[in-house]
Amino acid sequence: MNQITKPVERKTAETGTRPTNYALPRATIREEKDHFLLDLEMPGVRKEDLEVTVENNELTVIGRRKDGELRGELVYRESRPLDYRRVFDLDPSIDAGKITAKIEQGIVKLTLPKAESVKPRKIPVGD
Amino acid sequence: MNIIRYQDPETTLWSPFERLSQLREEMNRLLDGSLAGFAERAGLFSGWAPALDITQDKDTVFVKVELPGLKKEDIDISLHEGMLTISGERKQEKREGEGETFREERYFGRFHRTVTLPTAVQADKVKASYRDGILEIELPKAEEAKPKQIEVNVS
Repeated sequence: MNQITKPVERKTAETGTRPTNYALPRATIREEKDHFLLDLEMPGVRKEDLEVTVENNELTVIGRRKDGELRGELVYRESRPLDYRRVFDLDPSIDAGKITAKIEQGIVKLTLPKAESVKPRKIPVGD
Repeated sequence: MNIIRYQDPETTLWSPFERLSQLREEMNRLLDGSLAGFAERAGLFSGWAPALDITQDKDTVFVKVELPGLKKEDIDISLHEGMLTISGERKQEKREGEGETFREERYFGRFHRTVTLPTAVQADKVKASYRDGILEIELPKAEEAKPKQIEVNVS
């Protein structure tokens, strides 16, 4: 059994380098029986600034920060004023047309349903 | 049973330039946001430490903390002798079903940050909001800490 069971992160862009002007969001990937769950940390991103696309079986999640402007003068800074971007290769079992996304308190939550044909199915055994 | 196979043909090939660019990115990360990088690494020793920014104008000190995925009630803010402490807990979400987590890069559990404020503030007028995973705290400066225009009469 050679079951491929996770969306694999794609490390190389077309040119072989990752764009450096993006921050890489932390991720959690989980597999359930009939879907995958992908959570990404994108603090400061609102729903309207989130971009999720699937092309050539490649999932791209971009979150644009609009909160970069600091009020007043800077005393101390640790945050990086960068947009977020991360690309994943989709598992062949995923039905790309049925991916859904939402964002809650800076966590992007994607649900990636598996296609009907690959869900485990009980085969009745005849007499 | 799950056998996980690396399926991207490009990444299965030995690709020295990719490694180099990753290294460069990591170096940039260290150098650019030296404090940010340090804060992340500091998390290795003390649970995790969210990134924190402090700014000010003439009336107010603003503190902004990146805290994705918390609940408002799990964040505690306290002020003591010019030190602002933000602490709380990020709880792992309860998941139903018998699924399996493949990758976990996120930090969970308790965090704690204490910073010294640049000026004295009015503790009773502190306001905080939590939106889009960002905690923003507004601390009005104490009257004596505000810059004052002093009129000098030149005779």
